[in-house]
Amino acid sequence: MKVFNLIRIALKALQRNKLRAFLTMLGIIIGVGAVIAMVAIGQGSKKSIQDQLSTMGSNMLTIRPNSNQTPGGGARLESSNVQSLTLDDVNAMQSQAQYINAVSPAVQSRGQVINGALNWPTSIQGVSPDYLTIRNWPLKEGSPFGSEDVKGATKVCLVGQTVVDNVFDPADDPVGKIIRFNKIPFKVIGVLTEKGENAFGQDQDDIILAPYTTVQKRILAITYIQTIYASAINEESSAAATQELSQILRTTHKLNNSEQDDFTVRTQAELINTFSSTSQLLTVLLAAIASISLLVGGIGIMNIMYVSVTERTKEIGLRMSIGARSVDILLQFLIEAIVISITGGIIGVLLGVIASKLITATLSWPTLVSQSSILLSFIVCAVTGIFFGYYPAQKASRLDPIEALRYE
Amino acid sequence: MANKIVDIHDLKREFQMGIEIVKALKGVSFSVEEASGSGKTTLLNILGCLDKPTSGTYLLDNVDVKKLSKNELAQLRNRKIGFVFQAYNLLARTSAKENVELPLLYNSAISTSQRHQMAMKALEAVRLSDRLDHLPNQLSGGQQQRVAIARALVNTPVMILADEATGNLDTKTSYEIMALFQELNKQGKTIVFVTHEPDIAAFSSRTITLKDGKLIKDVKNENIRSAKEMLATLPVNTE
Repeated sequence: MKVFNLIRIALKALQRNKLRAFLTMLGIIIGVGAVIAMVAIGQGSKKSIQDQLSTMGSNMLTIRPNSNQTPGGGARLESSNVQSLTLDDVNAMQSQAQYINAVSPAVQSRGQVINGALNWPTSIQGVSPDYLTIRNWPLKEGSPFGSEDVKGATKVCLVGQTVVDNVFDPADDPVGKIIRFNKIPFKVIGVLTEKGENAFGQDQDDIILAPYTTVQKRILAITYIQTIYASAINEESSAAATQELSQILRTTHKLNNSEQDDFTVRTQAELINTFSSTSQLLTVLLAAIASISLLVGGIGIMNIMYVSVTERTKEIGLRMSIGARSVDILLQFLIEAIVISITGGIIGVLLGVIASKLITATLSWPTLVSQSSILLSFIVCAVTGIFFGYYPAQKASRLDPIEALRYE
Repeated sequence: MANKIVDIHDLKREFQMGIEIVKALKGVSFSVEEASGSGKTTLLNILGCLDKPTSGTYLLDNVDVKKLSKNELAQLRNRKIGFVFQAYNLLARTSAKENVELPLLYNSAISTSQRHQMAMKALEAVRLSDRLDHLPNQLSGGQQQRVAIARALVNTPVMILADEATGNLDTKTSYEIMALFQELNKQGKTIVFVTHEPDIAAFSSRTITLKDGKLIKDVKNENIRSAKEMLATLPVNTE
């Protein structure tokens, strides 16, 4: 009842000076709006980076040979020309490793693909049927090749969307057609679903997949393997799988303890970590900038409330003379500050959300408005109101009614 | 006399200014008309329960003010005293009715509908029922002071304290205000009116003169002037 009356009193006091109340609120509105919009941009970018990475198969492990170490200081070879990885390594992994569920050897070559009058430069990747599982890459049409195709080194292939777009007539169905890669004819047995560009801007659909034996024998004429792809049973066991694969490879490569690894095992989690810590940093940075706006808004409240106490000294004296207790005056000013900051907070949240949507709509930047950022800025806002409102309110409540009444 | 509204005895108020003690009231046993620096403001503050005497007793409606806490004093001001100031002290941009309602907002025993009724009644008593929604800057000085009187009346106080309540008004309006006070006094309200104009003091039933913090004269006014009659004798302004 009493508090209800005080709320009435505070609201009426604010009503009497709408412009002052609005200007005070503006600081909070901009502060909260900026926090929400900036954190939304930060989290949006973070999420989009993570999404892109996880379509690559975030549990994927990539094993590449280390470039050869030449003690004499001679020219070092590109890692794809180092011949240290073999099919034996792949077999050993398949039979021994516990933390991985699929392994695929890979060999790659670039060349020109020709279909009738159309041609296109692309690369061919020789892999095992497991590769599609590892990459998390379903077919759009047709069927994948099987282990018999690997065994027989048959000339079949799966084509990516970019290749289809460039060497096939839009009206044609690529499945069942024969295309030539570096003059060698391949039968198209399936089309890969579109994966788009990866996080580094490479077109992942500009590719032809074929059995690795076919690429080894008929295109590259090699027996070694350039890359091994494996998938850990889940993201959490990536580290354990890395450890395990390193151990297996050291055994098969007969490396003694003093020798360095002649291969590198890379996990996607490492990449994800790098990116997420980068975007985390971004979020913190943006939030820091936004917090400063909120602080400035809070100090704005304090300034106005403080000035308002001085300006309204006579009013305070009058209220005391007609029976307001110190605590009534304290609560009135505190309620005024809280009403300003909470109203400002609500408007700020709305503005921040609208701004985020506008940024996404106009600049097509990914934004993500999280409930926690709304909640946080709202709480900060209310606390700011109480914190910065308390000091002036206390000053008002401590005024001597006699002096306050005589104040000019 | 068991039913004295104000009963003071040997009132003293000393202020500690640095190491010096300023004696503003030196044993006053009841007072009012005075020259500047005579201690009237201090006395009024004590009568209004805004301040407490250093020594002596002040019984308001049989309650010893000295024994009350700050919050109890605030409540006493709210329930038993109505203030009327020289500068009206109305809240700006607030309607006459809301200004009058103000003391009732600090009294939790009064409901919203009671509050509206009491405010209406007080404004009727000062004959401003037709100015309910007017803001202070839409009212004349005399009307503003009448709103202030309504505000002092609204909580049915035992005493109204008026500090130079006619100080800002011209003679005619002053007489109008005094006529209103006399009317309220006839209805049984105790009014303590502080002024330094002998002209205005003549309207009261008892005049107490203070000088340098001491009571120098206490006269029962046998021949009270009627403000209403005075108003009638004023020359009509033809300009």
